[in-house]
Amino acid sequence: MYLELPKKLQALVDQGHAVANEVFRPISRKYDLAEHQYPKELDMLAAVLDGMNAGDAESGAGAGALEQKKKKERREGVRNGGNMATVLGLLELCWGDVGLALTIPRQGLGNAALSAVANEEQLKRFAGKWAAMAITEPGAGSDSAAIRTTAVRDGDHYVLNGEKIFVTAGERADCVVVWASLDPSQGRAAIKSFVVEHGTEGMRVERLEHKLGIKASDTATLVFSDCRVPKENLLGSPEIDTQKGFGGVMQTFDNTRPVVAAMGVGVARAALERARELLRAEGYRADYDRAVFNTSAVEAELYRMEADLEAARLLTIKAAFMADNGTPNSMEASMAKAKAGRTANSVTLRCAEICSTLGYDEGELLEKWARDSKILDIFEGTQQIQQLIVARRLLGLSSTQLR
Amino acid sequence: MPFDPIAQALSALNKLAGNELVHRLGIYEPAQKFAYRATRGGFRAASTLGRQFKAASKLVKAERVAPTGSQSDLFDLSITEEQQMVQDMVRRFASDVMVPAAAAADEALGAPEDFRAHFAELGLYAFAVPEGLGGAASEGALMTQVLMIEELCRGDMGLAVSALAPIAVANALCRWGSAEQQARYLAPFAEDKPPLSALAVSEPRPAFDARELRTRARIDGDGFVLHGEKSLVPLVDEAEFYLVAADLVGRGPQLFLVEAAAAGLTLQPRPAMGLRAAGLGALRFDGVRLPADALLGGDVGVVDYTRFLDHCALAWSAAAVGTSQAVLDYVIPYVNERKAFGEPVSHRQSVAFMVANIGIELEGMRLLTYRAAARAERGMDFHREAYLAQLLAADKGMQIGTDGVQLLGGHGFTKEHPAERWYRDLRAVAIADGGLMV
Repeated sequence: MYLELPKKLQALVDQGHAVANEVFRPISRKYDLAEHQYPKELDMLAAVLDGMNAGDAESGAGAGALEQKKKKERREGVRNGGNMATVLGLLELCWGDVGLALTIPRQGLGNAALSAVANEEQLKRFAGKWAAMAITEPGAGSDSAAIRTTAVRDGDHYVLNGEKIFVTAGERADCVVVWASLDPSQGRAAIKSFVVEHGTEGMRVERLEHKLGIKASDTATLVFSDCRVPKENLLGSPEIDTQKGFGGVMQTFDNTRPVVAAMGVGVARAALERARELLRAEGYRADYDRAVFNTSAVEAELYRMEADLEAARLLTIKAAFMADNGTPNSMEASMAKAKAGRTANSVTLRCAEICSTLGYDEGELLEKWARDSKILDIFEGTQQIQQLIVARRLLGLSSTQLR
Repeated sequence: MPFDPIAQALSALNKLAGNELVHRLGIYEPAQKFAYRATRGGFRAASTLGRQFKAASKLVKAERVAPTGSQSDLFDLSITEEQQMVQDMVRRFASDVMVPAAAAADEALGAPEDFRAHFAELGLYAFAVPEGLGGAASEGALMTQVLMIEELCRGDMGLAVSALAPIAVANALCRWGSAEQQARYLAPFAEDKPPLSALAVSEPRPAFDARELRTRARIDGDGFVLHGEKSLVPLVDEAEFYLVAADLVGRGPQLFLVEAAAAGLTLQPRPAMGLRAAGLGALRFDGVRLPADALLGGDVGVVDYTRFLDHCALAWSAAAVGTSQAVLDYVIPYVNERKAFGEPVSHRQSVAFMVANIGIELEGMRLLTYRAAARAERGMDFHREAYLAQLLAADKGMQIGTDGVQLLGGHGFTKEHPAERWYRDLRAVAIADGGLMV
């Protein structure tokens, strides 16, 4: 048993941290104020990241480096691989800026879906493309089985009709992984994902959201009207398998939830570090040298936030560790996301609070982090969805018993 | 005395083979393997040593356990084969021996007569005694102890403390005792009947901080004189000796070995809200005179007191993990079986989410504890990690304790279910200093 980060991933962590510190932080406020303006500084960064990912399959910094479970060969001993690398890389990047991290070209959540479920041919065809993920609809949020977007087979194509909202990087990405139903009467089992490239006739960006936080990242509404997609763009099996059902598409979440959890750990660490720094200048030390009820209320608060954050961090790394070692991790991924999502939000808000007006006005990034963090407890499955998943697993209940 | 490892192993195996408890529990197989492991260093201390705490033979130098050397630096959640063996064995012991005895022991303010004897038969005291003194303490023993505490407290925290209190003392002796002190006090732990002993750190006052002690020792001639009061001392009226934290005037907190028969030492059983099976009580020192070699380590500066508190914090974190796991194990079948409004209450999100949160926070507590333990085992600094682990374990453990009662509703408030006992026991984690130590 050993719960420290391995040396071999240290270089990656350092690189991620350097990018966060040197590239993200200086432009963080700029793109928070200039919503919907593309951060062109990221093009250079994306090229650097591509180089990093290409160099070593086990040390990607973005979501695109997530590995395919099925491709993993059995090996002797434990493994610290691509999932852990991705989680650690994103953690550092989001210590810099969550919004910017979400809009790094070619590192979208759609890329994670491709990594998880695409076949060899598709991986090759979509290599180097930036992929967004389109699941949510105006009438279907957490209840993704209720989506209304349809895909109807017509010769060598599927014809897509429907509306998707809250598509992160939906405007900027090269393509979008779209969830659509082959037959809405057959429920979850009929839901498949399709890669739709930008410029495909019938797909248009309807609007961009104005948001509470992560303003550097575009959030798009996409409309599909008789959008024809080559049948080879369907990810996974085209059959409606009511036995396996949702499994294929849901599998993506086992890999992406720890990544979003890591984002929460990153932004919360940023806030806690900055709050500590500011408080230290005022004589608050929090050096672990007194009983917690024998310190000031502010120091006790710092300790408690740190303990929660450490729990979130370790749960996140554990979920990635399990994925790297081929151990089923659905419950652990949800545990990590639940703990990290709520901790990110509460820690950033609390840090803004205890730093008084410094934490609230735009002179510091604390107020920004406190806005950015909220999304991390919502997307890739809300806090409540994670709890539902964990509860079903622990209690051994089905989705019809525990709704 | 010539040492014959094969004869020692055979004799130990024979003892285990004839032990009914071991057979009844179905742990003969793991115990058998373990017996070999435990005796490979041999029992050098003769059983004739008796309980006068006189060193039977002089050790040339104190025995220490070296931190685990360089190993793989990968993040790794797996445990060793030996740890797995101990975990399986203790888990069976907890479910088959401790769980059935817990309620009565809580009521009786003490473990059943044969409980500690049964526990001693498992041979786990050996993990606190260095191989040179006939034990099995080695690299990896610290994590093994953490897993052991977790499993025992999953059985019952009060009984666990009564079994583990002497191990805490042995750990301190192993880590800091002088050769003389080890020969006298630590060697007997490898015998059939390990000496009952306990740490005494807490003092009865609000906002007590173990870093600022009011129990004082002053130098007097070639010894010390002790004044003060200690509380929350396990096995208070059974222990043969105590390891007492006291402020040595001008030199800061130190640990002193005090035999129960010392003049000027009085004790008082003082049952608490929880941990009742541990036989808690108070010690009073009215000018207790101690010889020079009562100072643990033999000299000022040998004991790292901050490190000592860190080891205690780690043990209590593990204890909270174990008892919180017991809560989770219990509420799951309960809420699945208990019906209200025509269906199991677990079908309601307000109930199910409470269970989910127990699971989530428990796993966080566990990981913080393991991380601190793994660092300690490798000789890395773990002060921050142990501090945060105990804080999280205290906060979330108490939340789990209170949720456990809540999930059972009015039934949780009665003695018909163990939830109310876990509620009381888990409150101890924030308060306890000393008592347990790895």
